[in-house]
Amino acid sequence: MPATKPRIATTSLAGCFGCHMSLLDIDERILQLAELVDFDKSPIDDYKQFTQHCAVGLIEGGCCNEENVAVLRDFRTHCDVLVSIGDCATMGGIPALRNMVTIEECMQEAYVSGPSVYNPSGKVPDNPEVPLLLDKVYPAHEVVKIDYHLPGCPPPADTLFAALVALLSDEPIKLPYQLIKYD
Amino acid sequence: MSQTITLKIDGVEIKAQPGQKVIEAADAAGVYIPRLCHKPGLEPFGSCRLCTVLANGRPCSACTTPVVEGMVVENETESLQNFRKQIIEMLFVEGNHFCMFCEKSGNCELQAVAYRFGITAPTFPYQWPHREVDASHPDILIDHNRCILCGRCVRTSRDLDGKHVFDFVGRGCEKKIGVNADSRLADTNADISDQALDACPVGALLRKQTAYQTPIGQRLYDLEPIGSEIESTGNTN
Repeated sequence: MPATKPRIATTSLAGCFGCHMSLLDIDERILQLAELVDFDKSPIDDYKQFTQHCAVGLIEGGCCNEENVAVLRDFRTHCDVLVSIGDCATMGGIPALRNMVTIEECMQEAYVSGPSVYNPSGKVPDNPEVPLLLDKVYPAHEVVKIDYHLPGCPPPADTLFAALVALLSDEPIKLPYQLIKYD
Repeated sequence: MSQTITLKIDGVEIKAQPGQKVIEAADAAGVYIPRLCHKPGLEPFGSCRLCTVLANGRPCSACTTPVVEGMVVENETESLQNFRKQIIEMLFVEGNHFCMFCEKSGNCELQAVAYRFGITAPTFPYQWPHREVDASHPDILIDHNRCILCGRCVRTSRDLDGKHVFDFVGRGCEKKIGVNADSRLADTNADISDQALDACPVGALLRKQTAYQTPIGQRLYDLEPIGSEIESTGNTN
């Protein structure tokens, strides 16, 4: 077994894991991908920490809290190339719908005054175990440098596969018109 | 009487009719100049600046500039394309464009020009402005989050529908589409059959209960980029 396979790491920040589902949707080509790479920190192999430096990091989701920022910076440190995958990473996505109201209003609605809320204490959670929310949801490239963006909700499996293969074979990512979509 | 004008776009000679604007002559000749606020049949507006070309070396909007004999037009140069790309990116960050659930996605001209330019993410920071939705009318809704202020609804309602339902109000980043009533669209004489509703290039002005009828893959810009209809039908007359 060759010991020099490039390593790839993935994470889902403020996302829904839909982009990871789309990655799995490459079907049997995942065997081809397994030939090309080893997975490092990723929900796919459940590694919680980086074990080595990685060639490629795939970022799903934007940053909605301090933990997202810490993970994203960790990825920037440990990966040569970072790729934003999906609309949440590239523009904030559904979580960014809260960006048009203040965080106070948002928390009030979610934990106190929302029509389906049952919360007799009337308090907003402030346990130190719960990561602190940021004022807004930020796309990944507004927090660290991102090298490539693959929009879509989620990006089609073909888009992810074509981009990964191009990256891993040191070729420029050239995707046909049909593979770059925002929905 | 049928005097024709000859001009060059990116080095290719095309014929035009006197009185035509550069964009009209280009369309007829099968040359696509990107545009958002221009729509055939409406008075030229020249607000989005996406159709900016160099006419005899001078930047001007192709939708408002009349053709002149011997005019030399530069259209697809690298610097113009970069400039247009930045305009598109600015339109995305200045509004709240959530393509993933927008009814217009796939048929949206703003999205389509972004696709055509291969934009994967804007280089400018998102503004996240607070904008209203007016869903008061039984058949029509205005979502100001998606409005790009092209004024196509304003001109269509005024000139084709003869109603003047819409107009601009406010200045600068406060500028928005207002309606011909004290506050709500429901109080205007806007109607579901108004041509103004078809004039909106984005999902800002929509007929209710018509969303998501075309499956993904069959929508206007799913397979072919915007402008390819012009490039494929035009002929160098």
